[in-house]
This record gives sequence, structure tokens and C-alpha cells, in this order.
Amino acid sequence: MNEIKCDCGHVNPYGTQLCQNCGKPLEEKGKNASMVDMRYEGAARRSQTYNKSMVDKIWNFFSSVKVGIWIIVLTLVASSIGTIFPQEMYIPNTVDPAEHYKDEYGIAGQIYYTLGFHNLYGSWWYMALIASLGISLIIASIDRVVPLYKALKNQRVPRNEAFLKRQRLFGHTTVRDADNTLDKAKAVLKGKRYNIREENGSLLAEKGRFSRWGPYVNHLGLVIFLTGAMLRFFPGMYVDDIVWVREGETEVIPGTDGQYFIENERFIVELYDENDETFQEALERAGGPTVKNFQTDAVLYKRADTSVVGTTPELEEVKEEDIRVNHPLRFDNFALYQLDYKLNELNTMTFSLDNRETGESIDTIEIDLFDPKDEYDLGDGYKVVIDSYFPNFEFNDDGEPSTTSSIPDNPAFIFQMFSPEHPDGEYSFVGIQRNEDVFKENDYQMSFRDVNTKNVTALTVRKDLTLPFIIVGASIFMIGLIQGSYWSHRRIWIKQKDKDVWIAGHANKHWESLRKDFQSLSDETGLVMPEDKLKQKNDKESEGKG
Amino acid sequence: METLSGNLLLITFFMYLLATIFFTVSVTGKKWRNKQGDMSGNRWGTFGFITTIIGFVSAVGYFVTRWMAAGHAPVSNMFEYTTFLGIALSFAFIILYGIYKTNVLGMFTMPIVMLIIAYASVFPSEVEPLIPALQSNWLKIHVTTTAIGQGILSIGFAAGLIYLVRTLDFTARGKKVFWLEFIMYSLVSVVSFVLIRYIFAIANYEASFQYVDENGNDAEMTYNLPPILGPNEGELLTDGAMQPLLSMPAWLRSDDANTVLWSLLAGIVLYALLRLILRKPIGGAIQPLLKGIHPETVDEVSYRAIAIGFPVFTLGGLIFAMIWAQIAWTRFWGWDPKEVWALVTFLFYAAYLHLRLSKGWHGERSAWLCVIGFAIIMFNLIFVNLVIAGLHSYA
Repeated sequence: MNEIKCDCGHVNPYGTQLCQNCGKPLEEKGKNASMVDMRYEGAARRSQTYNKSMVDKIWNFFSSVKVGIWIIVLTLVASSIGTIFPQEMYIPNTVDPAEHYKDEYGIAGQIYYTLGFHNLYGSWWYMALIASLGISLIIASIDRVVPLYKALKNQRVPRNEAFLKRQRLFGHTTVRDADNTLDKAKAVLKGKRYNIREENGSLLAEKGRFSRWGPYVNHLGLVIFLTGAMLRFFPGMYVDDIVWVREGETEVIPGTDGQYFIENERFIVELYDENDETFQEALERAGGPTVKNFQTDAVLYKRADTSVVGTTPELEEVKEEDIRVNHPLRFDNFALYQLDYKLNELNTMTFSLDNRETGESIDTIEIDLFDPKDEYDLGDGYKVVIDSYFPNFEFNDDGEPSTTSSIPDNPAFIFQMFSPEHPDGEYSFVGIQRNEDVFKENDYQMSFRDVNTKNVTALTVRKDLTLPFIIVGASIFMIGLIQGSYWSHRRIWIKQKDKDVWIAGHANKHWESLRKDFQSLSDETGLVMPEDKLKQKNDKESEGKG
Repeated sequence: METLSGNLLLITFFMYLLATIFFTVSVTGKKWRNKQGDMSGNRWGTFGFITTIIGFVSAVGYFVTRWMAAGHAPVSNMFEYTTFLGIALSFAFIILYGIYKTNVLGMFTMPIVMLIIAYASVFPSEVEPLIPALQSNWLKIHVTTTAIGQGILSIGFAAGLIYLVRTLDFTARGKKVFWLEFIMYSLVSVVSFVLIRYIFAIANYEASFQYVDENGNDAEMTYNLPPILGPNEGELLTDGAMQPLLSMPAWLRSDDANTVLWSLLAGIVLYALLRLILRKPIGGAIQPLLKGIHPETVDEVSYRAIAIGFPVFTLGGLIFAMIWAQIAWTRFWGWDPKEVWALVTFLFYAAYLHLRLSKGWHGERSAWLCVIGFAIIMFNLIFVNLVIAGLHSYA
């Protein structure tokens, strides 16, 4: 690996394209071109210099912008494919996905499912794509930012004419009073907030260099963001659970190791007033009630330090808060969100024990549908025993009464009714809309009297310890993006030798603004407005065409 | 208040129409004003710009009064959002005109703005109450920032379009001319869509169907255009309405599909008519008007617009979106179609910037990319909202 010695005497590392000292093109290609390639200041980049070992090859692969763009485009295409049909998480969870995609979307849906596109964003290859994006971001940035930083930090004021002449904006003027012109130019550029350095009749005016770091800052932010997203898969970082709480009840919050409890004091659904003047038309068109608010009046409790896990906990109130959509309850890295609800779930039922013949009512019993007692003693030899309880009643395949769940959506009972006349008890089967004697004509019956219902709220329990990474990453990304987009790095070189003044300029983007700076420079100092080589080149080409 | 708001929007629309005319005169007028020198044509540009400002002020009036009437920022349904996008686009134009003073940009941007506002007006425009998920300050923050970002990015499209019309060789019939004419045809289709909707609305056309929806239930659907495409197992309820020629599957919104078909057909008719009158490609007919435009300047305007718009869009469409999603939907990212398409937009413009900065995709290629980018934005606005159902399909 030979170092390259420039005519100016400076020794440059292998791979350098423009002399670090004077800017002269060092390679044949650069010497012959009408414009120098100013990207990364012509500094030697690892990826452009070495290609021997395996490490070099991997490094070069991921540092290539071309590869980076391909990764971006592939991610783009893959992501959009995932929206053709709903992802698995958005289809009803009661159906078999294989059947669902086939039934709903036909042969296309079947192919979609077979290829695994129903869970595209969680697939290994999508993850691999994102991972390679992250690797590309890191390697491509390091490969460029280090040489660029060194080159810009060490850049010298006097530049070789060969360098100046090959800038996109270049002009040559013969002046009478060179010193005076240079002083004027300095004043103009200072007024435009350029940083100015002078050396041996050469001048370098520079502004907005920090915008050159924008891309690397935003890449760093993205890497932190992606790291945060990856941390999701480590145990303990992420909790995604649901807790259902009935009104008046307190439930332990899953994921908190039994430390926190939530009480649902009340759950309500509010609707918009149909006679509301402002919204009347829209509400009429909607055709049904429009929900205004879902709300759980909640109380958060923490287990008292003294109580032991396993025993009935002693609870200390932490806070009382309304949980609404867009207003989660937050505590200790957790948040509870209003997710779902069930109105008027059966809670207690009241029956009376009646004498059929006389119609006399002996007494009433109230049954807690979630915790029915085995027997209800009514005194004087009267007693009701719950022989069987079916919270969600149906006849099973064998034609026997059974229950499909423990939620009392359709409760039914087999009561055993004891009375002085029937010390062995009479059996009756009671459910919603049915009341049957089990063995024979009974003298007594259980009559339905009343029902109590409660609303149930469902809350999402969420803990996400990756959020700090996401927030920091996204913030850094945004800062870098703005830094790189809303400022541009502009440089103006002025070199004077006797009565000759050369001016050249370079901007990493937004050349129009640089051109305007040159225009004012030219207006104030009488220096010739530099010509735009790119414009000339294009004009020539279009003339050739026409 | 609502009426006032509607009138202000109408004023905006006509101001923008006037601005379009002024800008067009300023661009084309140079020829017959040549003797007075180059600057003379620019006075019309100034008129155009002033008219644009007046229109924009009126649009701000629309926004504020509607906000007062509804009690929430008017960006909550398709009508409001699409209108706001049009206003945002005119706002972005004002910014870029301030930097570059290019009249031709006005000549192309203002008609697009008008088209977007006209498109918005076919959606139900009454003030709607907010459902619980939308009751948040993030509604205005997220939606307005996103719309402004998209508006600025759309300027990149307008400038890209100018570049293509200015530089393409219309005497050679190739792929490029075909696709440019395809863009023209798409714009013409939007015009015909708006026209058709208004024509049949004035005629009070309605055709109701009884049909079977995607859940297998009986439902009713009313068409505002003659049904070429009917709903799934549809049965016509309106007397004298035409019988559909084809029946659509249940998962597709057949009335929307029917509207799209009508627009495309009417677009073909209108486009064919224009071709007959002009006797050359539409782009080719406009090209001579743009002789005095420097392609490099237009290219830079287009790039500048994207460089300004990209961070704004990212902030509104991804960052603010993630913050709100974390608050309302319990997670900052959930692969909802609208979220994914915001990501696709982001990735697309990221690819654009890398191609431009590192691979030197300037000029024509860059202009084509701007066109595709705009197509993605419109796809996300129209198709994802109306066809792919998701958490965002509130309209």
C-alpha cells in the first residue's frame, strides 16, 4: 500500500483522490475531468481502498449506498405487500386463519396465507431485512463520517488552481487593486455570516459545515431506534395483557407480580345527543347512536408492604382516576388503557320460594352468579340447595345440561327445595325462560323475581421498557434530519496572485443559494460572476439534441 | 358559522382559479410582451401570487370558523382532511415561491390544489362529532403536520412534472411520453370524477340496492351514479334505475368501485376530446409554453421541496403518529395499513434522497421519482382510507 505524494509535497494515505493539503486531483481520472468529485472531499475511504479479506468484503457490501438503497426498496415493497389483505392480528381471533383467508379472499388469500404473508412483519426474512438495514446504517456511516470529518477539520486555505478550476462554480477576474478587492469580499462574506480564514493571499469562506453531520446523526438515531425495537423480544421488557374488571370489584393487575390492583368503581358509555344542533345532520346520516365516551372510574391500589403474597392482600390506595380512550392510567412504567367493555352482565339473581297451591311466598334468596352458596336456609324447615349451577347453559352433545363457560350469560340452576312437607326435597330446573319440575308435580316452585346487572370493563395492561430507546432514537433521528435538510454546507475559495483573482464555490446542496451569495459578492466587488459548469454542460447537451 | 366557513372555502377556490389564470398568463405572456424585456411578464406572476395569498387567507378563515363551529380542529374526516391537504399544498407553494419566485410553479400547483379541494367536496361535509379515539390534542398536531409535510412533498411532484413536460421529446412516441400522458390522463380523470358527481347530484340520481355484505348479512346501499358494477347478490330497489352489468364480491365496496370505473371511463372520453382538439399529446401541447424555463432551476425547486417536506412529513406522519398511537392504541406501532403506507412513503423518499445524493439521480430520473412519490401519497389518502379497511378508516 503506497502512500501518494502530491506535487505540493504533502504525503496522502493510499486511496486519496484529492490531496488533503492543496486539493489537487491525484488520480488520472480526476486530472482529466472538468469537475472534481467533491464527495467526502476526495478522502480515502476504507470501502474504496481495501477488498482482500472477508471482513473487507462484508464491510464493502454494507457500506455501499447502492446496497443500502436496495435494502430500503425491498423493505418498502415487502411492507406494502403486507397491506394487501389484513394481517393475522387484525382478523377475528375466533376463526382459523387458514380457512379465513381462503373463504374471504379466495385463491389469492390462500396463496397469501401459504406464503406466510398473513404474518409478514413478524417473519424471519422481514426481521432479517430490518437487521441488514441497521447494519448498513452503521457501516455506511462509519465508512464515510471518519474520513469526511478528518478532511474537513484539516482542510487548508490555499488550494491548488487545478482544484479551483474543477469546481462547479468557478470564475477568473483580472483586477486592478487586488488587496482592496479581497478586503471587500471579506466584508461581504462576513455580512453573510461566513466563517473566514485567510492565508497567503488565499481566502476560504465557509458556513453550515455542521449540516454535513446531519445524515450521520440521523443514522445514529435510527440505529438506536432499531435497537430499542429489538429489545422488545427480551423477557421483562414488554408486557401486553388484558384485565377484565366488574363494577365494584378489584382485580390484580397481571404482570405486576401481584403488587398492583385495579378497582372498577363504575363503567359508562356516553352517546352524543341526537338533538345536538351542531352535529344533528351528521348524526342523522350515521343512522345510529354515536359514542362520545368510554370511561372506567378506576382506583389503583398497591399491596401494603406488610402483607404476604398469597394471603388476602392489604391494599393501599395509590390514586383514583378516570380511564378513557386517549387517557390511560399510568403508574410505575405501566399504563392501563380502555380497551373493551360489556354492558349489563348478569350479576345476581333473586328468586322466591313459593307454595304453588296457596301462592304464598315463603322467602326470597339472592344468588351471586359468580359465587353461589351451596344452600340457603330460610328457617322453619324451609331450605333451598343449589344442586347444579350452569353459568352459560346449553345441552351438550349427549343431551345433558352443561355449561360452555363460567361467565353467567345464560345461567340455569337445578334447585333442591326443602319444606316441612317435603323433608327430602323437590327438584326443579330453572333457567332463563324455563322452569321445569324434574321428577314429578312439585308443591313448591322457585319464581324469578329480580336480576342485578353490572358493567364490565376491559383494560389493556402495558409495560414497555423499550420506550426510552425509541424516544431517544427518534429524537436524535429528527435532529439529524433537520440538521442535514434545512442547512447546507457552502464554501467559497478566493485565491489571488498579483492581479489575478480566482473564485470557486462548492455547496453540498441548494446551489441556488450559493449562487445568490456569489451574485452579491460580484455586485459588491466587481469580481466576475462564476459560471455554472453543470448548467453549461446541460445546455450544450440539450442544444445538441435540438 | 358553518355557512360562513363554506363561503370562505368557495372564495378560496375561486381565488386559486384566478391565480392559476394569472400564473398561466405570466408564463405564456412573455412571448407577446417580449419587446419590453424579460421582466414584463412577471407582473402577472405578482398578481397571481397576491391572489394566492388572498385565497390562502380566506382558507385560513374557513379553517378557523369551522373549528369554532365544530369545537374541534376540522381535520377529522375525508372532507376535512382532503381540503386541508389542498390548503397545505397552497401554503407550501407560497413558501417555495418565496424562495424561487417561479411563476410556472404556480401555473402547475394551483390547478392541483383546486383539484384536491374539488375532490374533497364530494365527501359529506357536515360537521361530525369526534369518536372517543379521535378526542385528543394529537389529532390536530399529528394530522396538520402530516398534511403540511405531504403538501410540501407534492410541490416536488409539481416541479417534477414541469421538468418532464419541459424536457421530454414529444415527437418520439416512447415509454416516457406514454407515462407522462398517463399522468395527464389521471389528472383529467379526477376532473371528470368531480364533474360527474356534480352532474348526477344536480339530477338527484339515486339507485338503492338490497345486498349481502361481507359478514353475510342483508344490507342496503345507495348509489349516486348509475350502477355499472352492482353489489354482491344485489337486488335493485329503485324503479327505473339501470340494472348493473357486473356484480362485485362482498369484500369490495361496490359503490366506490363503480365510482372509480365511471371516473376512468369519463376520463378517457375527456382525454380523447382534448387530444382531438390539441392534435398532439397534452404534454407536447404545453411544452412550447415552457420554453423560457430553466430545467436546472425546476429540478432544484423539486429537490428543495422534498428536502423541506421530508422532515416535516416524518415528524407528523411517523413521530407524532407514534406518540399518539402509544396514547390511544396502547402501542406506538401496530402495522395498521395506514401506518405501513406512511412508512412506505418515508422509505420511498429516503430512497429518493440517497439516489439523488449518492448516485447522482438528478433531472429527469429525479422528476419521475417525484411523480411516483406523489402517487404513493394519493394512494395512501384515497385507496388506503376507502378500500383497505383499518383503524384509520374513520371516514
